[in-house]
This record gives sequence, structure tokens and C-alpha cells, in this order.
Amino acid sequence: MTTDSLTVEDIKARTRAFIGKFFKNIELQDDEDIFALGFVNSLFAMQLVMFIEKEFGIAVEDQDLNIDNFRTINAMADLVKGKVL
Amino acid sequence: MAIKKVGVIGAGVMGIGVGQSLAQGGYEVVLIDINDQILEHAEREIRSNLRLFKMLNKGVELDIAATLGRITFTTDYEHLSDADFVVENVVENWEIKKAVHLKLDAICPAHTVVAVNTSAISITRVGSLTKRPSQIVGMHFMNPVPMKPTVEVIRGYHTSDATIATAKELLAGMGKKGVVVQDMPGFVSNRVLMLTVNEAVFLVQDQVASAEEVDTIFKECFGHKMGPLETADLIGLDTILYSIEVLYESYNDSKYRPCPLLKKMVDAGLHGRKNGKGFYTYE
Repeated sequence: MTTDSLTVEDIKARTRAFIGKFFKNIELQDDEDIFALGFVNSLFAMQLVMFIEKEFGIAVEDQDLNIDNFRTINAMADLVKGKVL
Repeated sequence: MAIKKVGVIGAGVMGIGVGQSLAQGGYEVVLIDINDQILEHAEREIRSNLRLFKMLNKGVELDIAATLGRITFTTDYEHLSDADFVVENVVENWEIKKAVHLKLDAICPAHTVVAVNTSAISITRVGSLTKRPSQIVGMHFMNPVPMKPTVEVIRGYHTSDATIATAKELLAGMGKKGVVVQDMPGFVSNRVLMLTVNEAVFLVQDQVASAEEVDTIFKECFGHKMGPLETADLIGLDTILYSIEVLYESYNDSKYRPCPLLKKMVDAGLHGRKNGKGFYTYE
């Protein structure tokens, strides 16, 4: 998929699919705090950074390295959206 | 003693963490391993870990490029000819540790304190290899090093008070503190942790509970951050097996016999988080 045809819904769907591999039997809401659920520890944040960089072909800069940008599917979609859309 | 330059031997998981923490503490670091491929991997990992650190510590002052710039990645021990302190983190294998410590003793200046980062090797025995047994100390760092505030510091038979003080000073510069214990196999941490992990594996083997259930009890009933089997996956099941075997050989006490399921998993190549599969599966 090229970034030309990427929509916010695509970003959310692909992010949700990635997280789904780690959260078994959980229906994750777009505004739910992944880290507050207690299923993953904060190390998971780095997996999210690497996933986003690879999946959407963007660079997460030093100033974006704030866990609040990775807490929810919505926050991650906003971050990616700001860089590719 | 003013510690400026610190050698870190071994750029595996522990060496990477120690090197990063030292660089973050402002020390000039020389990170040594046996080939460039390992060193390139170490550099990538440290960069990634510095990013994680920034992410988890909101508002922290951390210049990632400058911190990385304080680390020299090299295969050449001659860089240690003016090192004030060395932390050795090579694999927990006596012959390999021995060769490294003989080399360090020959190259490092007389004032250098050498720390053995180990959970299993006798500090007193390492000291016996060198001309400076009073300057050999154990430092059992916990993984991930940059996130763990406390280090088990081990006093060998001949380790001096001055060496213990220098070791504590180094740790303070890294934002950490040390708890000083005596030199007996497994020290405090591994003697308890390895038995706990081993018994948890027996529970899974005997079908008393699943790995998730065992870990849940430790987390939700005892308030531990991680259960014993998640911890085992993080440390590496091969390392766990090796550590419990060392305890078994050291004390000749059957309470340290390794669980057969643990041996089987290691034989099957299930080494935990580092290769994607252990008691849990990782991406």
C-alpha cells in the first residue's frame, strides 16, 4: 500500500492488527490506554515505535519519543497522520 | 578517585546496557567485543534503548547523539591502557572470563578497578588470576540495566574497602546504588531467583498451572512486576539452566537440580525473549 491511498482508518486498522498479536481475546478500543490495561509493560512502547517506523515508512524523531504518543490507537494514528497524510 | 574512562568488555545484552548507562552518566566509555558485527549491532541497540529511555522518562534531558558519541566501539584492548575502571560482561564461562581477565590485568594501569559482571562466577577466583586481587569486585547488574536502580555488589575475599568505595562511586555516577554482599555461589539474587524460576517450571511441567497462571499469581497476589516465567524468558532460558546447573555443582545440593522441562525447552531452542519463544511467544 502506498502512502497516497493511506487513510486514518487504514492506519488504525494496521496498528490494531499489530497490537492484536499481543493482546489475546481483548477488543481494544481506539481510545483505550494500552499500558494501563496491564497486559504489556513499558518495553512494548519501543516495539510500537519500531512497528510504526517500519509499517508506515516514517522516522519517529527525538521529540516524538513521548509515551503519550503511543498510549492509544488514536494517539498513534495522529502521530503517523501528521507525518504522512 | 575521579573516574573518567571506563572500559566495558562484551557487547551482549549486559554490556550494551552497562555501556549505555555509563555514557548517560557522562563517563567516557570504551565498549569492546570480538568483532565489528557485534559492535555494529551494539550501536544500533544502544541508540534504540536511548530512544526508549527518552520515551519512558518524560522531560528528561537526553541528547541521544551526544550520549552515543561518548562511546568508542572497538575490538582493541589497547584503548584500556588509561582506563580508570573496567566492567567485564563476557559470557558466564570460566575459561573465557579467565582469558579476558589475564589480558585486562596486563593492559590496564595499576590503579584500575576491574568489576566482574556475573551472577555465577566466584569473584575471589577471578581475583586469584590477577596481580590486583584487592581491586577486583563483583557487580551483578540487572537487565535492563538503564532501568534498574540497584546493583548487587560482591566483595571477594581480598577486595579492599577502597575498591568497594570506587565501585559505589561509579554506580552513583550512573544514578545507581549498590548493595554489598559476600562472595558465595549465586550471591543473594540468583540463589533465590533461580530456585524460584526452577520451581515455577516444575509447576508447569506437573500441570499444576499454566505459565500465565503462575505469573498471574505472582503479579496479582504478591504485587510483583513480573512473574517468574516472564522473568525467565527475559533472562533467557539457556542462561537460567546454566545458572541453576552452576548452583547445583557449587553446593552439591539436590534442591538445585534443574527441572527436566527447562532442559527440554533449552534443547528445543526455546531460549525466551531473545529468540522469540520461551514460555511466551514474542514478535
